[in-house]
Amino acid sequence: MRLDWGNPDRPNSYIGRSVPRPNAARLVEGRGRYVDDIVLPRMLHVAFVRSPHAHARILRIATDEAQSAKGVRRVFTGADLCDVCSPWVAVLAHLKGIKSAPQHPIAVERATWTGEPVAAVVAETRAAAEDGAALVDVDYEVLPAVVDMETALDPATPLIHPDLGDNLTFQRLHEKGDVDAIFSAASHVVEATFRTGRHTGVCLEPRSILAEWNPGERQLTVYHSTQAPHMMQSVLAKHLDLPESRVRVICGDVGGSYGIKVHVYPDEVATAAIARVMGRPIKFIADRTESFATDIHARDHRITGRIAVDENGKILAIDIDDLTGIGPYSVYPRTSAIEGNQVVNLCGGPYDFQTYRAQTTVVLQNKTPTCQYRAVGHPIACAVTEGLVDMAAEKVGLDPVEMRRRNLIADDAYPYTSAAGMKFEALSHHRSLEKLVALMDYKGLRAEQAQLRERGVYRGIGIASFIELTNPSPFMYGIGGARISAQDGCTVRMDPDGSVVALSGVTEQGQGTEAILAQIVAEAVGVEVGEVRIITGDTQTTPYGGGTWASRGAGIGGEAALQAGLALRANILEVAGAMLQAKADTLDIRAGRIVDSNGGIERMDLAELGRIVYFRGDTLPRELSREMVATRHYITSEYAFAFTNGVQASWLEVDVETGFVKLLKHWCVEDCGRIINPMLVDEQIRGGIVQGIGGALYEECLYDGDGQLLNANMADYLVPMAAEMPDMVVGHVETPTAESALGAKGAGEAGTAGAPGAVMNGINDALRPLGARLTEMPFTPERVLRALGKLTK
Amino acid sequence: MKATRVGYWRADSVEAALGALRSAAGSAQLLAGGQSLVASLNLRLADETNLIDINGLTELEGVSDEGDRIRVGALTRHRTLETAPLVASSAPALAEAAVLIAHAAIRTRGTLGGSLAYADPAAELPACMVALEADIVARSADDRRRIPAESFFEGLFQTALAEDEMIEAVEVPKAGPLERQVVLELARRSGDYAMVGLVLRADVEGHALARSRIAYFGLGAVPVLARGAMSALEAGDLDAAVAALAQDLDPPSDLHASAEYRLHLAGVLLRRAVARARAEGGST
Repeated sequence: MRLDWGNPDRPNSYIGRSVPRPNAARLVEGRGRYVDDIVLPRMLHVAFVRSPHAHARILRIATDEAQSAKGVRRVFTGADLCDVCSPWVAVLAHLKGIKSAPQHPIAVERATWTGEPVAAVVAETRAAAEDGAALVDVDYEVLPAVVDMETALDPATPLIHPDLGDNLTFQRLHEKGDVDAIFSAASHVVEATFRTGRHTGVCLEPRSILAEWNPGERQLTVYHSTQAPHMMQSVLAKHLDLPESRVRVICGDVGGSYGIKVHVYPDEVATAAIARVMGRPIKFIADRTESFATDIHARDHRITGRIAVDENGKILAIDIDDLTGIGPYSVYPRTSAIEGNQVVNLCGGPYDFQTYRAQTTVVLQNKTPTCQYRAVGHPIACAVTEGLVDMAAEKVGLDPVEMRRRNLIADDAYPYTSAAGMKFEALSHHRSLEKLVALMDYKGLRAEQAQLRERGVYRGIGIASFIELTNPSPFMYGIGGARISAQDGCTVRMDPDGSVVALSGVTEQGQGTEAILAQIVAEAVGVEVGEVRIITGDTQTTPYGGGTWASRGAGIGGEAALQAGLALRANILEVAGAMLQAKADTLDIRAGRIVDSNGGIERMDLAELGRIVYFRGDTLPRELSREMVATRHYITSEYAFAFTNGVQASWLEVDVETGFVKLLKHWCVEDCGRIINPMLVDEQIRGGIVQGIGGALYEECLYDGDGQLLNANMADYLVPMAAEMPDMVVGHVETPTAESALGAKGAGEAGTAGAPGAVMNGINDALRPLGARLTEMPFTPERVLRALGKLTK
Repeated sequence: MKATRVGYWRADSVEAALGALRSAAGSAQLLAGGQSLVASLNLRLADETNLIDINGLTELEGVSDEGDRIRVGALTRHRTLETAPLVASSAPALAEAAVLIAHAAIRTRGTLGGSLAYADPAAELPACMVALEADIVARSADDRRRIPAESFFEGLFQTALAEDEMIEAVEVPKAGPLERQVVLELARRSGDYAMVGLVLRADVEGHALARSRIAYFGLGAVPVLARGAMSALEAGDLDAAVAALAQDLDPPSDLHASAEYRLHLAGVLLRRAVARARAEGGST
């Protein structure tokens, strides 16, 4: 059956409405159940001794004193776990030439970043485990640390893993067209070097795991704050040498993830290994300090970019050289080469040009490992592209909006393959830009800006068009050999009372997945949304799936839910037809009642149908199928990714005496295809913008020359806070993907993708009359003043 | 991370608290609002200790009129400084500073005495005490003494308090009719410790500033009195006052700002503070 999307008054029209989240009340009332809330009989706690050095040989670990401390049950070193847990190497076959070294759950022989686990202390309480950890005495031989990514490949730089031969993890060069010829002939060429600050996703709930080995069942049950339960099931089974069927990963409430919780962390695997060895439930909850030192970091890039344009400002070619430092290991199993790879894939993405060269060089260093964090690579590619486009506009003498009108891919040009080889099904750059210009009253703001400049007030407008990669196919990880599902499934079941339970392979991180699944299922089956209960996050009960990452929950998990719901609806109508002696296609389900399709007259409610099916099946025709449950899976097939698009604008003021940037307002118009819940999409955009602003203005993991992380606390690492955030206006254009009936693409990363570029362009727009330009994030007040030449040392 | 192990004892009188403090001989700390102390225990930055909880001692709380001074009890919460009419009229800098301290939840528990005894160089209230020439009333089991604020802050997190002494109250001279007080700071995010802050107190008549005192915070181990700038202001030369800061101040470089940037900001803040004092002075 087809849903009549154009008619907002269609029956059961939950898709497209701001339905409140069913789990909101429970969470707000403090009734959430996070891993740390779970207490199991005989449970112990583990705390880790972590390397205080960025690079050191472990000479000796004395555990006697810790072992005999009050409450301590056992101390493990790396060597102790070698027999129960195999090391992993994070490479993927489709990333040609990628290499990394075997990584152990607890360091063996050498520690390679400040914070790497070197011993684990298991005790009756976390406090006792920490007391014990303080008593573990480790002898280190400090080795020279590789800190600066610029010199990581120099012959004089020590090798982090001598077996690899060098400190290069991955390099990729993409070239299309005769780049050098275009650049040498172009009317205008501008070039700049950009830096994005290494930062991290700060989750309210830290990484958490509780692992229990049941020898009687020979099963490992893991309660885990994760984005990818099935991936973790596979990883734990492989490295603890268990059948996948004997590992169950349960993921309850998750207090934020942002990509941080989609990776394999040594301390978490160690916790599971220890549970296996000790036969007792072991809990590990990262504290804030170890979160900063061991959660993946991201975005540590230096990018030199050039753009060639003709005399009318038409973009002819872009040339990108990206360098990124990823820490001592590529992170398992998704690898740490994806971010650089995305920079290559996404630079220039919104624009119509076909001559392009981009290279990424991914090097090792003795810092916290980096990996995929919300909007992987997007904010970097967007800021570099939009920075270059603004510079080119200035060179040609074009207004930034006009520059984009001349260069954005035309709305009727699809399908379109970008210079980077990305295939776009249907985007709406021009409609989005025009909507933005109207929303923000661009002309009015420009007039206000000019007026204020005369009074010495420096305000700027920054525009950033962007694309966002969502709904990934197996081309993202599966083809590289990772057991990460791009497909997802949903099982929908009607119980005797007419209520519906849906089990889905995508997960809830606090973003509202369960809300949109309930809406979709309610509309598909034809029941009130309150009658739908959603179950996610249990590898033993839900359909197999990928989980929540790369903005795939709505587009992929949602389509599976829609199809499963429609299938159940058909099953129910078949039974109803038999009971009512009517043809199934003359009946419909509306708000939990079987009605005549024409006229909507009620014939029976679902509870009555449930009663008959479940308790008086004897009264139904013997041959009648009475499956009150349906499962459907969905995977994208035509496009490797469902790209979305949008444009953001930042309106800000720079205090040229102090260098402080005050954000006054922010706009985003985006196109995520079919919107299932406008409120949740808007909040995804807003939250994403805040994280993007964090990278632009506040967040940076600061290291000294020895590889010590200097600001591993909430006082010195500045996360963006509400008081500094601008009012945000969110607008939409809807271009549903034709790949699915639902038509939804992802919306989780668009805000983060575009915000840093918009803020950067806004600052440079404000400072243009003073001849200053900033390209190094975060744009701290001191960097602003230095760009203004007011500081000299 | 779980907290350092601590002993805990709740005092039911000031005398009992002081007796316990003396007999602990350095092995105990007073627990007031706990907004710094408990955080450092939770981060295991503090050694094992015994806490003497003085939160029940209401006689240490409140603001009173003492003629030409006001007296503010050590246990007075920042929130009270923010809202008490007597503070607003007699020592407005304290009210202005209080709003800049962290966030509302912290101000509701954090205390004046706790902030002064902790002596964080980036904190607002110690600099207020120095600028306003307050006396810190220190009390032990058998003694009570008044310590001028300028000599109270001895170094980084170090004060003139003896091991067995607690702050009982502060006494702040009331602002005169011509006096203007200005507190300004620059912090990356609202509620953060300031990169640079200043407290200016001066008698303002037209364009002239007399009896001016300028105390900076966030620029050294203790609140710094900018004496060169003060005398230049006395002479009516704002440019010279800003220039004098290069001698008055020796700011540190750290994660948040370089010394050069801090010195630059100190000058910006001084110009802004003087402009505001003059504007407020002119309006009466």
